[in-house]
This record gives sequence, C-alpha cells and structure tokens, in this order.
Amino acid sequence: MIDARDLTKRYGATLAVDRLSFSVRPGAVTGFLGPNGSGKSTTMRMIMGLDAPDGGQARIGGRPYQQARWPLREAGALLEARAFHPGRTGRGHLRALAAANAVPGSRVEEVLGMVGLESAADRRAGTYSLGMAQRLGIAAALIGDPGVLLFDEPVNGLDPEGVRWIRQLMRRLAAEGRTVFMSSHLISEMAQTADRLIVIGAGHLLADTTVAELSARAGGNLEDAFFALTADSAQYRAATAEGGF
Amino acid sequence: MTATTLQQTRAAERPGYRLRHAARMEWIKLRSLRSTTWILAAGVVVTIALGTVAGLNTSDPKSDVTSNVLSGVIFGQLLLGVLGVLVMSSEYSSGTIRATLAAIPRRPLVLTGKAVVFGTVALVAGEVATFGSFLAGTAALRSSVPRPSLSDPAVLRAVVMAGAYLALIALIGLGIGAIVRHSAPAVTTLVGGLFVLPLVIGAGSRTAGQFMPELIVGNSLAAVQPVEGFGLSPWLELGIVALYAVVLLGVGRALLVRRDA
Ligand SMILES: Nc1ncnc2c1ncn2[C@@H]1O[C@H](COP(=O)(O)OP(=O)(O)OP(=O)(O)O)[C@@H](O)[C@H]1O
Ligand SMILES: [Mg+2]
Repeated sequence: MIDARDLTKRYGATLAVDRLSFSVRPGAVTGFLGPNGSGKSTTMRMIMGLDAPDGGQARIGGRPYQQARWPLREAGALLEARAFHPGRTGRGHLRALAAANAVPGSRVEEVLGMVGLESAADRRAGTYSLGMAQRLGIAAALIGDPGVLLFDEPVNGLDPEGVRWIRQLMRRLAAEGRTVFMSSHLISEMAQTADRLIVIGAGHLLADTTVAELSARAGGNLEDAFFALTADSAQYRAATAEGGF
Repeated sequence: MTATTLQQTRAAERPGYRLRHAARMEWIKLRSLRSTTWILAAGVVVTIALGTVAGLNTSDPKSDVTSNVLSGVIFGQLLLGVLGVLVMSSEYSSGTIRATLAAIPRRPLVLTGKAVVFGTVALVAGEVATFGSFLAGTAALRSSVPRPSLSDPAVLRAVVMAGAYLALIALIGLGIGAIVRHSAPAVTTLVGGLFVLPLVIGAGSRTAGQFMPELIVGNSLAAVQPVEGFGLSPWLELGIVALYAVVLLGVGRALLVRRDA
C-alpha cells in the first residue's frame, strides 16, 4: 500500500508536484501516467524517501519509507535505467544491497535467476545492454522480496520480448498480492498491463481510476482518453496537425 | 475494532539495520571495484618507490633520513585522497547513491559506514606504504649515511604518523566528495587545498604552514629532527589534520541528510 497525501515538490520556480494525493492498493498493477515533466519520477523519488517533499507526505505500509525497519524488505524501486557502478559486477551490486538489509546471499542468486541474468552476473555492469541493465535494476528492486514495488518506465528501450517479460512479471507480482506501481509512456502497454491508473498533469492529479473506466470515456480508446485528459497540462507537446482537441 | 484503527499510522520502529550492515555494504562495494585496488596499490607502490629514490639520493649524513625516505607520502596522499573523493562521488555519477539510500535511508549511517570501512582500509594501506618506504629507503642508503632504526621511538613515531596521515587525507577526500558530489570539482578542491593553498598561504606566513596538511607531514609528522617554524608537537599536528577530516565529514554528513539524492 502506497499513500501520498498532499505531496508537493518545488524546484526553484518549477512546481513539479502540486498537492498530489492518491493511494496505490495491493494486488493490482497501478499505472502512473502523465506527459513529460508532469512529476511522475519526482513523486516516485519522494515515495522512496530520496527527495524530501516541500509539503505533504508519502507513506508505504502506513509509515514514511525512511522509518521502515528493513527498508528493502518493505519496498523496492527501479527509478533509473542505470543506477549502479559500471565497474562493479551485477552480482557485486546485488550482494552489497543484500548485506545492507541482512538479506541472505541465497536471495541474490534467486533474483538473478528471476530476471535471467545468471550468465552475466559476473560481468562488469557497465558492459550490460540496456535490457540487461533494466533487469539488474529490477533484480535490485526485488532483492528484499518487498510487498511494494515502484517501477519508473521499466519498458523503456526494451525489445518486444523484454516488454512482454516485464508485463508478465508485473502481473505476477500483483497476483502475489504485492502493490505494483509503474509509470510508462506506452499507453498501449499500460492498457495491457495495468488494472488501475493514476494520471497526473503538471503535478496535479487528473484521474484515479481503472483502465476500463478511463478507456470507456473515449469509446474504449485509452490513448484518446489520455490525450483528452491531459490536453490542458502537457507542457512539452509538439503542436500537431491533427490535434483533435 | 473501529474504523479508525484502519486509518491508524504505524509507529516508527527502531530500524533493524545498524552500522555493521552499512559497513558490510561498503566493504562489499569497495572490494567489488577493481579500480579501488588499483588506486590503493598505485598509492602504496609510488610512495615506496619515491622513498627508495630519496634514500638513494641522501648524501648528507646530518640530514633527517627518516623524513627523506618518507617523502613519497607527498605523492601517495594524492592517490589516497582522490580515492576517498571517488568512494563518494562515484555513487552520484553512477546513480548508485539512490540504491544505497533506499537500502539505508538513515543517511548518516551511510557516511559513517564508508568512513569506518574506507578509513580502515586506507590506514592499512598507509602504514604499509610508510613502513615499506622506511625499509626500502633505508636499505638503499649509502654506507656513509647513518641508518635510522625503528627501535628509536622518534623514528617509529614518524613512520606510524606518516601512515596515519595518509588515512586522514583519504577521509578528507571522502568528506570533500560528500560535500561536492561531482568527481572533477571535488578532486580539484582536494588538490587545491592540499597543494596550492600551502603555496599561497605558506609562502606569506611561516606560522600558517603549521596548519597546512602537506607541510605538516613533511615538517612535523614524518620528521625526527625539529624543523624551524614547526614548534607544535607532532601529536598536535596530527590532531589538526584529524580535525580537518572530522569537520569535512561532519559538513558532508549534514549535507547528505539535507539534500535530495
Ligand atoms: N532535480 C531537479 N532539479 C530541477 N528540476 C527538476 C528536478 N527534477 C525534476 N525537475 C522538474 O520537475 C518537473 C517534473 O519532472 P519529473 O522528472 O518528475 O517528470 P516526469 O513525469 O517523470 O517526466 P518524464 O515523463 O519526462 O520522465 C519537470 O519540470 C522537471 O524539469
Ligand atoms: Mg520521469
């Protein structure tokens, strides 16, 4: 369970997140949608206690992430494509994280298996392809077997097989009763993967609903419904000929 | 059960992780980077090599031979200090810092873990470098120069302190890395503070030299014969260098807690 209450974040003159409140429930994949610069990554960093909110609070399982007893067993996050030292092996990276939260070494091998990285585990992570890097990031998120998972654009740059793998993994994690919160720009992917959606624009909540309900607003087309919803808040959308709204 | 119990927030628990967990993480991180080993080894080898050359070149039997053979520390400190910077700044350049802080959200623990683990490793490397310098440098002395002995307490003190000095410079590097976060400007700050500042200030005032690490090690810590202008005891001088490390790590710790990762 993730709870955001009046989350607010300012970067200089930019109001990146503006009194944002929502809940992400367990047992479902909740998609996090919004145009570029709408505050998705910032929100996820605040949930993970990496950026301090200027107002409001985020809670994981009822308390701020920083107060977790064993943080990695509470929540795991994939926030950037390459959040590891290029000179360290994949296994070394995971072993370091495991040690920090007294996670047994056998779990390192387990998650390496889950993401299919066993054969590359002893290579320097700097040599990994984008897809392999993404898998290492997912393995790191899963290391503590947490009940809450955040993924910021997990399918970015993945080949079709990787995209399908992520989709199946998200569904499986949710089916196991975990809270899965993922952002993506690929709306068709969201339509296939997510049950629920949280849509933001310019740091504001625009919708907190189900995929089915939002698509129904535009006759079953999620993409059209998304554009209609975010029409006023997209800051970086190119002027298009066939705008339509 | 009333409905409000559902809304109840869970109280903050004592975190399960302790310094030993943070330290274990840092130990694994340190060992799993080949560059760490290489820079440490280079620091030790270069210090010993320069000390040996200094031993070979010592001809004045009245000179401070111990200080001469430890002069490689002046270069060795650069490598250890830079490694200290990188231990912190590479976390930022690679993005590892986010994974680190997600694992240990109590941020002071992260920096303490690094200081304990890396400080210990640097102390071992530093002592290996200075004892190695002393043994190799004195073995290289010509027969006309009297050979100092480690059984002389002043000589032993100089060798041990020069090694400890290297560890303190490594911690100063770590502190600067935590404050500045970007590798290039952090290394520039370190080099400026160690080598350029003494040139600028030390040239103007003799007493100010007693507060410049690079001058402290050459004229006090590693010296057996007293040097003019360095009237403070070596222990006090070592304390001054330690104070720099403590202050920089303290500022780094405060900034680590305050700033977004
Ligand atoms: N560290 C930072 N310093 C300054 N501004 C920032 C910082 N991080 C984010 N911002 C600004 O905050 C706003 C929200 O950015 P954020 O990265 O959260 O958006 P996003 O929804 O993840 O976008 P995208 O879809 O492009 O990933 C943007 O205007 C961005 O420029
Ligand atoms: Mg983003």
